[in-house]
This record gives sequence, C-alpha cells and structure tokens, in this order.
Amino acid sequence: MTGAEVLIRALERQGVEVAFGHPGGAIMPVYDAIYDGDVRHVLVRHEQAGAHAADAYYRASGKPGVVIATSGPGATNLVTGLATAMMDSSAVVAITGNVPQQLIGTDAFQEADVYGITNPVTKHNYLVKNVQDLPRVVAEAFHIATTGRPGPVLIDIPKDVQQAEFEGDLDDYDVTVDLPGYNPNVVGHAGQIRKAVEAIRNAERPILMVGGGGQAAAEQVAAFAERVNIPVITTLMGIGAYPAGRSQALGMPGMHGTVTANRAITNCDLIVGAGLRFDDRVTGKISRFAPNAKVVHIDIDPAEISKLVEAHIPVVGDLRDVLPKLEAELEPLAIDAWWEQLQEWKAKYPERYKTDKPLVSQEVIELLREATGGDCLVTTEVGQHQMFAARLFPTSKPRTWVSSGGLGTMGFGLPAAIGAAFARPGETVVCIAGDGSIQMNIQELATIAKHRLPIIIAITNNGVLGMVRQWQELFHAQRYSEIYLADSNPDFAKLAEAYGIEGHNVFDRETARALVPEVLERGGPALINFVVYESEKVYPMVPSGAGVDEMMIGDQEPDEDVEGVSA
Amino acid sequence: MTSQRRVISVTVRDEPGVLVRIAGLFARRGFNIASLSVAESEVPGLSRTTFVVDGDPRTIEQVQKQLQKLIDVLKVVDHTETSFVDRELMLIKVAVRGPDERVELRQIAQDFRARIVDVGRHALVFEVTGDEGKMNAFIDQMQAFGIVELIRTGRVALPRSGQSHTALDAAPAA
Repeated sequence: MTGAEVLIRALERQGVEVAFGHPGGAIMPVYDAIYDGDVRHVLVRHEQAGAHAADAYYRASGKPGVVIATSGPGATNLVTGLATAMMDSSAVVAITGNVPQQLIGTDAFQEADVYGITNPVTKHNYLVKNVQDLPRVVAEAFHIATTGRPGPVLIDIPKDVQQAEFEGDLDDYDVTVDLPGYNPNVVGHAGQIRKAVEAIRNAERPILMVGGGGQAAAEQVAAFAERVNIPVITTLMGIGAYPAGRSQALGMPGMHGTVTANRAITNCDLIVGAGLRFDDRVTGKISRFAPNAKVVHIDIDPAEISKLVEAHIPVVGDLRDVLPKLEAELEPLAIDAWWEQLQEWKAKYPERYKTDKPLVSQEVIELLREATGGDCLVTTEVGQHQMFAARLFPTSKPRTWVSSGGLGTMGFGLPAAIGAAFARPGETVVCIAGDGSIQMNIQELATIAKHRLPIIIAITNNGVLGMVRQWQELFHAQRYSEIYLADSNPDFAKLAEAYGIEGHNVFDRETARALVPEVLERGGPALINFVVYESEKVYPMVPSGAGVDEMMIGDQEPDEDVEGVSA
Repeated sequence: MTSQRRVISVTVRDEPGVLVRIAGLFARRGFNIASLSVAESEVPGLSRTTFVVDGDPRTIEQVQKQLQKLIDVLKVVDHTETSFVDRELMLIKVAVRGPDERVELRQIAQDFRARIVDVGRHALVFEVTGDEGKMNAFIDQMQAFGIVELIRTGRVALPRSGQSHTALDAAPAA
C-alpha cells in the first residue's frame, strides 16, 4: 500500500465523506488513490474556494472539512482560506502535495515552503517525511482540528512519501494520539463557577454575550438564558446560537450592532461572555466598553481571557460543561426594571430603513427571509450586504449562519454555500452577496452547476464597493476612490446562464417581490442580481475608534410621530 | 503598565521547525525577545529554551498563554515568579597595546573569574560566565581597552533546587 492509499484509508477512518480540492503534479498519487477510494471528491475551480468550502462544511455540520491541493501555487492559494478558518475557529484539515524530498530546498518546479508559509495561519501543521508517520499524523491532525478551540491543520506530503510503500498492516497500526503538549481544558473550575454564580445572582443589569463558541452549545445557551432570565446578545459569529426572534434576544453588538445591544453593553453591570473573543468590531474603543460591568468570561481558550477585555471572573472550559453548571445553581433573576428599559429601546429602535427611493438591499434580504420562512442556511460575502443580512436575516438555528467574521474575507460566501450544501444535503442555501465580493470567487458557479446544488445566490448590486463607499462618504469627504464597478460589471444573469444556472436581473421592487418566492420554490441553483440603490448605508454605525455608546444612528432614528414610543 | 524584564523557560518537543513556531509567534504578536537560547534537556526528545522578554504584565501573560497553545510546547515557566539561577556565557575579544595593558587585563579577568581562551599579539579573548549584571560590568571595564568583538549566548535559567521542574514533569501521564 502506498502512502497515498494510506492517506485515503486514514481519511475514511476519520469518517470523511467529502473532500474539496483541485489536483496537480505533486498531489497526483493522492488523486490516483481517490479514484478508487470511498471519499467523495468535489472538484472546485480554485483552491481558495476549496478551503472556504471545507471551512463552511465544518461550520454547517460540526464535522471537520477537508481540502486537498497540490504543491506551490495550489498550496499558497489555500492560505486565505486557512487564515479565514483560523480566525473563526473552524476545523479544517488541509492536505497538500509537495515536491519530492530530494528536491525540497532547490527551488524546484511548483515548490513553495508551505510548512513555513502556513505556520501562522494554522492551529498546527505537519511536513510528513516518512510514510510510516502518515496514519499517526492524520489521526493527530483531526484530533487537533476538532478539539479544544477548533482550527485548521495542514498536512504537507512530499510526492515521494505519497509513492513510498507503507510497511505493515494499516489495520494493526497503532494510531493512539499522544500529544503531551495539548490538553484542552474542557471542565470549568468549580471555584470559578461558584464565583460566576455569585456574580450573576447579584447582578441587576446583566447580559449574556454569545460568540462563535455558542454554535456547538446552542442547547445549553438557550437553557441557561431562559432559566436565568438574562438578555442575550449574539455576535456575528454567534448568530443562530440563540434564536434571533425570541423576546430575550437583543441582536448583534458592535460596529453595526443594534441600538439596544450597544446600549445594553454600555449600561449593564455584568457581562457573561460565552465563547467569544471580544473582537475590536464588537467592543469598539475598549476604554468605553461596558464601563460599569463586571466581566465573567467563559472560553475554552485561556489565551482569550483578558486578552482585550479584562475578565474579573475567568472560566476556562467548554460551554457545554460550564453553562449547565451555572444554570443548576441559579434561579430566574428578578430584573424587571432592566427588562423594561431594554424593551423600551427595542420598541423605539426596531430595524428600519427608508423605501422612498429605488430598491434597497435591506428589502431584498427581508424578501429572502420571508420567502424561506427563515428555514434555510445563509452564507454571506463581506461588506454592507453582510451587515444587512446579520441584522435582517439572522437565522434561528445553530450552524445555519456561515459568514467570515474575523478575517472578513471577500470571496468567502459563494464557495461557503457549496460547503454548506454538501454538509446538509436537501436544505436550501441562500448566499447573500455584493457585486464586488461575488466576483472574487465567481468561478465556483461551475462547481454549483455541476452538482446542481440547491443554492440561491442573491447579489445586492449597488454598482460600487458599498462598505468602502460608506466610509468614504462618512469619513473621507466623499472622495470616492476606486470603488466603481457598475460600468464594468458583467451581466450577472447572462453569466449565470453561461454556466448553466438560472439567472435573473431585477431592477424594481415589484419584480423582486414576485420573483423571489418563485425562484425559491424551484429550489435552485439560481442567481438573482438585484440592482439596488447605490448610496444606502448601514446604520447604526460606531465609527472606527469610537465607543459603542457613540453610535451614528442614521436611518434607525425614530420619526417624531412613531406611536407608542416614549422619547 | 510598567515594562518588566522576565525570564521564561519553555520545554518543547524536538520537532523540526519548533523554533520557527516560537520565533514566529513572538514576531507576529509584537512581543520583544531580548535574548533566546535553546538546547537539549535531560530528557531525550525534549529541549529547553530560555527567553528573556520585555513587556508589561499583561503582555507577559499573553506571551505565556500563546506559547502554551503551541502543540509542541509542553511547559512554560516564568522564572521571575520563583527563585532561580541564571547564567550567560560571553566571548569577548579585547585589543591589547603593550605589556602593561596585558597585565592589567589579566588582573581584571581574575577579579571577574573570566578565563583567557585565546592569546594573540594584539588581542585577548576572554570567556566570562555569570548573570547579566556581571556581563555588563565586564563589558564596561573592557571599553577602555577597546572591544574588538563580542558574542553572548543569552541567558539560561533553572529553578533553584527544591522547586525543580524536570522536563519530564511537563509531560502529563497519557
């Protein structure tokens, strides 16, 4: 059995059903083994897309995503995808070929120092020099990727190792994972939990902030929140970890957060942070963040504790262990005054936008939510549409919201839709995109067409790089530098059709209203290009460097005559 | 917060590239390494590295936590928190002009318990071992004669007896 065959057998043993990838010279033995193996391979049209698809596969299923690429350019194309997965703690196992060992270090054809290049963007990486190490390395890679704080792991395999004959019987081979330097702390410290209980019990204005770590613990998050009667804020990564529609949900915090969430942060006396890392887009200026609050920070990664926001009561552990222990010790909090205040803000600042102008992105996103009944997976690209979607189409189930948060990777959403579709066969995937970011991985229309995936691609096309335009309008004296796309955008409907995908261009709200339910009924794949108002802005907005209490409220400001709202 | 100098020792698995992981971590997170030394420990397969790092307490805490996250890192000990001994080795080549200077240099070397490891017509090479203060004092003394070149190993550190951390202690039972 060759190294390549050992690899595929090892992947099968890990329960890998699907791998995304693209072949090339230095990975050909592996592709030869794929030809006979049980791992289903999905050919993407660019390795970056393969990495994003594998990442989304994990996010949507909780099972590790696998991507395969060749040496040199194939492997370097993975880097953006690995960095995206690293920032958002996504379990990806990347396998790359490399030139044969005798050529390593000679600047051989398609040689790159992939081990060195990917070191900063992976949780761990390997260069396999001996075929006998392969079974152990694969077992370790999956263990590291999926346990503790999940993250990407890369295995670089020189071609001669793929071709080498494996000695011994793989079935008898001991693949016990023995990593003395890796022991994620899952169980929360009892003393710390006691302190956290005490702090929660005594709080008058508490909030629970849930991040991406909540995706794997949605049940525990909901049970805790509802038992304790605590208001819930979900970050961009935490969308779906607590149902957006429930009365306890205050929405998203931070730069484009809701007025209610940001005011709650500013006025609370206790934050229970659960599986989040207090990213700068969430906190705004740190010194103005929750100035009156004690912070209980629960996270599986000790390095996140007090990295940015000082934790008064750190609890290192898995939310699935810690939250039930907290819940068991607590009665529902009597915080009526706090709830009254929060509900008043919620009533005064509902999601709103003005439609006294051409079609706007927000309407399109609401149409999609209504047509799906919210019962679908949502992937997004990065930009204004992403923020509109986070606010107007937050999903209500865990692992249904797939968006690049930490790295903010344009080009993520379309390949992510592919990964999500393979992770959850039979479910509709809505990919919300802008006309800028969709073009960063548009070649993946081919992959979608080939597999006839149930993906509805909605481009909110305002003809500019919308978020950059918004900043230029607000902070750069309307000096619109290098943002115009409209004059050279393709005809997106025709482009989709050229790939064999149903395509539509929509210019007005009447057509939009009629078409969206009809296309969703057919189930995709389909692309709808909505031409929308150019200068629409995402509000509220916390300017970069300001505190979350310093929001520009814009269109969200209530009209004077809104009924039932006290000023 | 005030910046402090801390001595941190890290037990690592002897895997290829482990030093790159550690150095890369320091670089990309903006931590300053004042000195770094690496060598095999008493346990085969494990190395001990000693860092001297400058930073405020919060930075130092992050350094330690981020190091601990590396899979090949078994144990991180901040010696500054405990009682420890540390040493550094320096080779220093000093210019000599005439027999008087030679005598004077030998006398200073004796006072510092430095060894002369190379004798040339126009220069002497001294080997000095000790803590940072001693190194600096010796360099000060040599300035007057003219330092031709010098090299230092960076500090290595161990806890004092009675609070030993063997490299094996770092490896929890499987």
